[in-house]
Amino acid sequence: MELIDLTLIWIFIIGFGVFMYVFMDGFDLGVGILFPFASNDDQRDVMMNSVAPVWDGNETWLILGGAGLLAAFPLIYAVFLPALYIGVFLMLAGLIFRGVAFEFRFKAEPHKRRRWDIAFFGGSLVAAFAQGAVVGAYIQGFEVEGFSYVGGAFDWLTPFTVMTGLGLVAGYALLGATWLIMKTEGDLQTLAYRIAGRMVLTVLGVFLLVSLWTAVAYPHILERWLEHAALLWIFPTLALLAGLWLWRGLGRRAEGTPFIATLALFLLAYLGLLISMWPYAVPPHHTFWDAASSPDAQLFTLIGLLFVIPIILAYTAWTYWVFRGKVRIGEGYH
Amino acid sequence: MMELDPLLLSRIQFAFVVSFHAIFPVFTIGLASYIALLEGLLYRTGNPAYEQLSRFWTKVFAVVFGMGVVSGIVMSFQFGTNWSVFSYASANFLGPILAYEVVTAFFLEAVFLGVLLFGRDKVPRGTHLFAACMVALGTFISSFWILSANSWMQTPAGAELRDGIVYLTSWSEAIFNPSFFPRFFHVALASFLTGGFVVAGVSAWYLLKGKAPEASKKALQMCLIMLAIAAPAQLLVGDMHGLNTFKHQPAKVAAMEGVWETTDGAPLLLFAIPSQTQERNFLEIGIPNMASLILTHEWNGTIPGLKEWAPEDRPHMPTVFWSFRIMVAIGLLMIIIALWGAWLTWRDRLVESKRFLRLTSLMIPLPFVAVLAGWFVTEVGRQPWLAYGLIRTADGLTPSLTGAMALFTLVGYVVVYAVVFIAGISFLIRIIRQGPDQADLSEDQPGAHAKRPLSAADDKTMA
Repeated sequence: MELIDLTLIWIFIIGFGVFMYVFMDGFDLGVGILFPFASNDDQRDVMMNSVAPVWDGNETWLILGGAGLLAAFPLIYAVFLPALYIGVFLMLAGLIFRGVAFEFRFKAEPHKRRRWDIAFFGGSLVAAFAQGAVVGAYIQGFEVEGFSYVGGAFDWLTPFTVMTGLGLVAGYALLGATWLIMKTEGDLQTLAYRIAGRMVLTVLGVFLLVSLWTAVAYPHILERWLEHAALLWIFPTLALLAGLWLWRGLGRRAEGTPFIATLALFLLAYLGLLISMWPYAVPPHHTFWDAASSPDAQLFTLIGLLFVIPIILAYTAWTYWVFRGKVRIGEGYH
Repeated sequence: MMELDPLLLSRIQFAFVVSFHAIFPVFTIGLASYIALLEGLLYRTGNPAYEQLSRFWTKVFAVVFGMGVVSGIVMSFQFGTNWSVFSYASANFLGPILAYEVVTAFFLEAVFLGVLLFGRDKVPRGTHLFAACMVALGTFISSFWILSANSWMQTPAGAELRDGIVYLTSWSEAIFNPSFFPRFFHVALASFLTGGFVVAGVSAWYLLKGKAPEASKKALQMCLIMLAIAAPAQLLVGDMHGLNTFKHQPAKVAAMEGVWETTDGAPLLLFAIPSQTQERNFLEIGIPNMASLILTHEWNGTIPGLKEWAPEDRPHMPTVFWSFRIMVAIGLLMIIIALWGAWLTWRDRLVESKRFLRLTSLMIPLPFVAVLAGWFVTEVGRQPWLAYGLIRTADGLTPSLTGAMALFTLVGYVVVYAVVFIAGISFLIRIIRQGPDQADLSEDQPGAHAKRPLSAADDKTMA
């Protein structure tokens, strides 16, 4: 097995899976976060129906993230989850409430509908915040002895992680808004354009703030940035260009461009994060290679995944095609 | 102040979240197959009664599956949050198995569920049938992997422990470990029994109320024929499973049978109050020699008593003993009802027999109780081990976990699940009350509109 570095392949696979999750559940969590901005029940129906047939598949990428980490990088699984214990609970509680809201909201009696609106919004918000805090906690690093987390219950909750948490809420809101631009029309689409416009500025601001904060608070990362400045300048530049592309798309009322541009923004931020942290899986001590499972476990799982994941992508694409086009008032629920 | 024990709290939490989760898949596995069957019959015959039934049960399925999905996401993180040492130690086996479950089953269920629920008018009939079949297939593939993982924890094989970490020596021996096949068939049959008794119970209730009589009679007959085969078959498979456990986990069987001292010709206890601390039973009532006869197939066969194991290596006998009796009692009741129903179907006296219909509708909660009781037998009976004979439960706990943290999330999960469960059950009751006659539940509400006036009208002419 010296010829192929299985761990490196697995970093790509898990990296791909996590990005699929962030981008796909990102837009449907974003739709939840934007729920209070809708002006009436019809708009909320359309918002929810635009993601109802696909949210479950989107969220499955999160489960793949969990199981994939356990299979390929058990150390990440066994350190992150205990360290983020309370945060993980909050995220799961949020995902539970917003998940059942898809069914319950349409089945509730009219006067009880409101509470499932709130569950959908609140659950999406809390889940998004908790996921953003995980990003911050990853940058912060973990107190580890041997292969176990030894820090406290709230080490993950710091001003910095609150910042990254709110940042991801804004990011998902932007994804959600650009998704709605694509999937809706009329008043709701106009609203989505307006929100997306504001969110672009917020998200770019968050990027800048998190980068500056990281540079000040985590000198080892700043060092890395400066060391590879010749190569790394490309990330902020491309991010700015993507932001401009998005802004122009919104300006000329393009329907698909804003979503694609937001996707590009997310991808750049994601790659930037991974490159900044490379090769640490559980900073500041353990690399991805320290965190890896046994080669034969990695190989056994890899063989199946390489075969099955393309099939999953194919039938997922097919369902998106089945549910293509604008969602209109009154259509959707089975 | 009482010391909060993170180990005990984590065990309670795991038992709670897994029990809560288990009741949904065990129902949806059977129900998904039933819906796929209905869609298949609809495709072949074009009989609107099948569409009426399929639409109705798909609505029930959507609510139950939704609760199953969200409580399932919790499960994939429980291992890491509370049992991180165990996760890390067993990751070389459990990781790949769970990853395979996600990619071969969860995606299939989740993605095709969207088409099943929302795509009836967007895709051709054959494609809709295909989606129903894929969802059903996904539930089976899922149970294959998760039961392989669970069976491996009961009877670890194909692996060795080096420096506290599990390394695989044979994947096929590990996946198809000694208790896998009996457990898989036992649970698969349990799923069919659960789905079957719920559909039968609801249909019987409709017949009593005179709702959708044609479709309900059809549904009840379909279920009873299946149940009349599955319920007695479960007795045989359960017996095989018991013999398998007797071979590989005799301490669990000693607890199931209430045997403290190693006995030749042990009686089958119908009633007893076992005491873990006094190492004896009170108020024993039993059938002489029967336990030995069932387990060893000899009148005077030897059954090792629980005292053969040191006190710290024993499962909690009262829990295992009583859970087992509850499961078996419900199983026997199911056989009686299923055979009685099959006989009534054969004589075509199903609709007249009010007593049978009433009893069948009362059966609805019992399969769930039986499944949970069976789950307790096997899981509590495995204690004090996580992976039997390899890793102790106490050694698998997350080291950084404090009692306060564990208590916080335990209370949190109880509250969240209570809200979701109460809401979910009340919606299910409403859907079932309205029955298959109603075109769509959401139509009479403001903000929701009839989307398919034609099909809604069809439903009305059908009824």
